Amino acid sequence: MKQNKKLKLVLLSILGLVLFFGIWECSVRFGLVSERTLCAPSTALETLFTKMVEKKPDGATIPVHFLASIKLSLSGFLLAIVIGIPLGLFMGYYKVLDSLFTPLFEIIRPIPPIAWIPIIILTMGIGFNAKVFIIFVSAFVPCVVNSYLGIKLTNQTLINVAKTFGASRWQVFTKVCIPSSMNMVFTGIRISLGNSWSTLVAAEMLASTQGLGYMIQIGRSLSRPEIIIVGMAVIGVTGAIMSGLLSLCEKKVAPWRYK
Amino acid sequence: MAVLRDKIVIKNLSKTFASKKNSVEVLKDINLTVKENEFLVILGPGQCGKTVLLNILAELDEQTSGTVEFADGRPKMGDLGLVFQRYALFPWKSVMGNVEMNQKLKGVDKATRQANAQKYIDLVGLQGFEKALPKQLSGGMKQRVGIARAYASESDIMLMDEPFGALDAQTRYSMEDEILKIWEKNKRTVIFVTNNVEEAIYLGDRIILLGGHPTSVKKEYIPEMPRPRNYTDQAFLRLRNEIVADTDLSL
Repeated sequence: MKQNKKLKLVLLSILGLVLFFGIWECSVRFGLVSERTLCAPSTALETLFTKMVEKKPDGATIPVHFLASIKLSLSGFLLAIVIGIPLGLFMGYYKVLDSLFTPLFEIIRPIPPIAWIPIIILTMGIGFNAKVFIIFVSAFVPCVVNSYLGIKLTNQTLINVAKTFGASRWQVFTKVCIPSSMNMVFTGIRISLGNSWSTLVAAEMLASTQGLGYMIQIGRSLSRPEIIIVGMAVIGVTGAIMSGLLSLCEKKVAPWRYK
Repeated sequence: MAVLRDKIVIKNLSKTFASKKNSVEVLKDINLTVKENEFLVILGPGQCGKTVLLNILAELDEQTSGTVEFADGRPKMGDLGLVFQRYALFPWKSVMGNVEMNQKLKGVDKATRQANAQKYIDLVGLQGFEKALPKQLSGGMKQRVGIARAYASESDIMLMDEPFGALDAQTRYSMEDEILKIWEKNKRTVIFVTNNVEEAIYLGDRIILLGGHPTSVKKEYIPEMPRPRNYTDQAFLRLRNEIVADTDLSL
């Protein structure tokens, strides 16, 4: 009975995908949408295979674009995690750091990541470092804010338990506050990951010679919708895979939420 | 009955919570003596400041005036056993991890503290669940972990703050028997806080009834009944009625 229900749900998910691509395919095939503005999914799939080895028209194959993009996004993303999470954790726990940095973050937080791009291009140019920095900025803020909240939301009773055990201030921080903040930290990482991909594409659209965002941009200027679609699809699938990897990672690091 | 030594003497203890706008006097002139190794029940309606009293004993809070004297000197932080109402287990730690935490923070080496923790896990009947996470345990089992964890502090004073308040009625009865068994096997001075009259009579060597605004000690009762006590016994019911008549209605 339960097995049956599960199967039905899986079939339903597949049906959703089939319907989406089916309608899309048909509307292009039957001329509802011009092939100049939107390609059929089958054409996009074909392009995906040819573009694996073909450099034209944008000067590089998909693996090259993909590697360029992933190198960029991971650099900025990892940098943001390594700096942002500890900063957020300390800010949440130590009042001095809280007062020092929090007003600044309240101002920075509402600025959309893409709004940083012009000023970064002006100050740092359009090289690798500038792009890494754009991604860093977009991924950094959610890491800090969520880690900070994670510490702030620690259950006071658990802190009291540790205190009655004679825990020092540092021990309360490392043994109680940090573990209990883990789910918020991972929420922050997840938002950062999303941000780093969206700003990556924006950054590459502005100034690049390689990368998935660049490929999409060329597709537009050459009116080649299949190139655009393939670029978008690769970004989508990569994002989904990374998010899945993150969930696995979270289950390893914070298993008490899942068992 | 042997004459028991005074373990904790509380004199004229008052606590006022002051904020900018107003101040609320929660405890006023609490005078209380806790005997060594007795099972003392502090009974009082909800919101009357029972937890505040325990927090002061545990040094989580400070009294406004009055004194608390311990026969063997004030225990250092970490040398008191506390059991909390909502278990307050560390969700990321296994049963073993929770029970050994106190000694781990004190820097006791792993083999010693785990052997010690195992002793108390066995005492509360949780052998076989050492590696389980709190999430996998039932309410009664969680509170067993809470009790084992408090015992593992090796404190001779145990403070229990409505430990069975969150349990369903059946589990509560069995945990009441359980806590008495544990206490008989491993005698310590227990201060057990509750708002449940039957629980107080079932468990206590002595019952201290709190009441009034601000809260002070209203009366003291000694249930002269052998254990295990019977909830439907005449003496039990008589004492119950007496206490209920003396109790302020909770708001």
